[in-house]
Amino acid sequence: MSSKPAHPIRSYPAFLWKAAGVATDGNAAFYAWMTALTAIFLVGVHAYAQQFAHGLAITAMSDHVSWGMYIGNFTFAVGLAAGAVMMVIPAYLYNDHEMHDVVIVGEILAISAIVVSLAFVNVDLGRLDHAWHLMPVVGRFNWPISMLTWDVVVLSGYLFLNLHVVGYLLYTRYRGAVPDPRWYVPFVFLSILWAVSIHTVTAFLYSGLGGRPFWNTAILAPRFIASAFVTGPAFIVLALQVVRRLTSFHVGDGPILTLLSVLRVTVLLNLFLVGSEVFTELYSGGSHTASARYLYFGLHGHHALVPWIWSAIAMNIAAAVIFLSASPKTQLWGIDVACVLSLCGIWIEKGLGLIVPGFVPSTLHELIEYLPNEIEWKVTLGIWALGLLVFTVGLKLAVTIFTGRMRAEEA
Amino acid sequence: MDELTRRAALKTGGATLGAAAFARALAPLTEWEENVSVDSFLQKHYKEMNKLEMSVVLARLETEALEEHGVAVSISDPRPTPGVSFAYALNLSVCIGCRKCAVACHEENNHDRATNNSYIRVLEMKKGGIDLEQGRTDYKHPVPDDDHFYMPVQCHQCDNAPCVKVCPVEATWKEADGIVVVDYNWCIGCRYCEAACPYHARRFNWQKPEIPAEEINPDQAYLSNRIRPQGVMEKCTFCLHRTRNGRMPACLEACPTGARVFGNLEDPNSEIRWVLENKRVFVLKEDVGTRPRFFYFFDE
Ligand code: SF4
Repeated sequence: MSSKPAHPIRSYPAFLWKAAGVATDGNAAFYAWMTALTAIFLVGVHAYAQQFAHGLAITAMSDHVSWGMYIGNFTFAVGLAAGAVMMVIPAYLYNDHEMHDVVIVGEILAISAIVVSLAFVNVDLGRLDHAWHLMPVVGRFNWPISMLTWDVVVLSGYLFLNLHVVGYLLYTRYRGAVPDPRWYVPFVFLSILWAVSIHTVTAFLYSGLGGRPFWNTAILAPRFIASAFVTGPAFIVLALQVVRRLTSFHVGDGPILTLLSVLRVTVLLNLFLVGSEVFTELYSGGSHTASARYLYFGLHGHHALVPWIWSAIAMNIAAAVIFLSASPKTQLWGIDVACVLSLCGIWIEKGLGLIVPGFVPSTLHELIEYLPNEIEWKVTLGIWALGLLVFTVGLKLAVTIFTGRMRAEEA
Repeated sequence: MDELTRRAALKTGGATLGAAAFARALAPLTEWEENVSVDSFLQKHYKEMNKLEMSVVLARLETEALEEHGVAVSISDPRPTPGVSFAYALNLSVCIGCRKCAVACHEENNHDRATNNSYIRVLEMKKGGIDLEQGRTDYKHPVPDDDHFYMPVQCHQCDNAPCVKVCPVEATWKEADGIVVVDYNWCIGCRYCEAACPYHARRFNWQKPEIPAEEINPDQAYLSNRIRPQGVMEKCTFCLHRTRNGRMPACLEACPTGARVFGNLEDPNSEIRWVLENKRVFVLKEDVGTRPRFFYFFDE
């Protein structure tokens, strides 16, 4: 460590330049990974360019099912971003030191997941060129009445909070200085509350619509939070496993065990809430439960979503069984499998399984089904590739700085 | 070559390839047909334009219609008349489900021809109840059928309109005479309003509407039947380009049975007032609290 930290302002350009170097430099595996992601991203860009030119008519959406794959993925990605807070809480509220050392992984996940969710909203817009109408002051921002404006506020707020914390920590370490808690701890605490708000507001987006009984339920926000607290930790466990296998960054068993104990609770909580909802919908019957019947069993010969939702339930149950029974000491790979299973399960449940039944049957009880088409799959994969690019670059930068291989010249 | 220059060369090569691939990926953008001039991009919200600005916009839209569709149209901007508040009522005892209203709407409002779009959906319902779940819109047999009655559904111009509440950019709002409108040049196409509407009254322009020049209705208004751009929301406006000028909505004029009653709620001698005062009227989905201006009734 240098005795005197580098100048906080003058060393910034060099920091950015070196960061760009780190982001584009690595071994053959790194290049292969980044090239593959870029290629998938470009496939997405190409599909989106077609959609932009010819209109959303080239997707599978219609006036009957007017939101689909994009809004489903948006919802899932917001959950992922919110779930990252499950690292922040032990690290800062419970002073778990080992977690504190790696909490930056969670914050980078939050940033990447918000980028993903914002991208999904934007590709879903009919008029991207009118998006500036959403800006406060120059546009007409229907706040506080429209829940979508709340979502804009909380999502961009969460993005900035996490960008600030991550940027501050990395830059200070780069300069060889000790981070000043006054400059980031208040933001970290704010981000904990904020994380809950992003997924709550996103749930309110749907649950506030009285004309859509499938969404118009108070359990939606709790369900969103419960599933977010599964996907966030599950993704982070996988990321930590990769980091400790592929880099010299030290990740102890502690954080993984802590996240596992979180998962053991949340995965059951999530299943419990799903169960409560399914019971209420199916036991009472009546036309307001038609969407749930469509989702789980099919309605009048239409059952496009049935195999999806039952796979989701099977994956979630299998994940719960593994989380609760596998020994993390000897069967870490089992935990990995369970993480993948619960991510896939909730991706279906909080994606297509949440959005599409809201529209089937339609408000006039017409049964028009929806499954994403090729364009939507390509755009979707492209956006997730973009998210992984952001996540990889962020992680690489953090690992390089934290292991002392990128630092400022001495002042 | 030493390691550093080799890496630099690799990176430059990679960046060049990447940029080329990116340009290639974006190529379909050149097929975009929308006419987005700087003026239209920067156009202000309807409520923020003064008379002069509005006249400039109307002239521009007329020119664009001529260029894109080859028809001379006239686009006006009729405003609500003080003391006028519109409402609609529909007699379910006489409606025969012939869909003439839906067709008239299709033609009057310059809807896309290929998708056969219309703001009106006619539900065929089982007699003996008003259960939407038993209704269907895709009936093909001769009408009327003895076991059924028919219920056309269009925008209910709700006084507590969920679509207006949810719009993040105030691109849709309720006018003083009760009509809910959309500024097609302000809508961002998020379709939140379409999800919010309990009556499936809103339609999205999934692509640019196509209408043969000779079929275009040239009598247009900014807030109603002008040809919509791609990617924005549209809806029934009670034909405000007609009704604000003292005429009846196209759907009413087309109805062969006289099932439709339209008028000014504030005029005590209007037919609509008579219906509301003397018939047993009901609104659809009263429980969702939308307070519609569209009523249904049966003859005794
Ligand atoms: S689609 Fe247009 S009118 Fe509807 S909520 Fe979005 S911006 Fe508003």
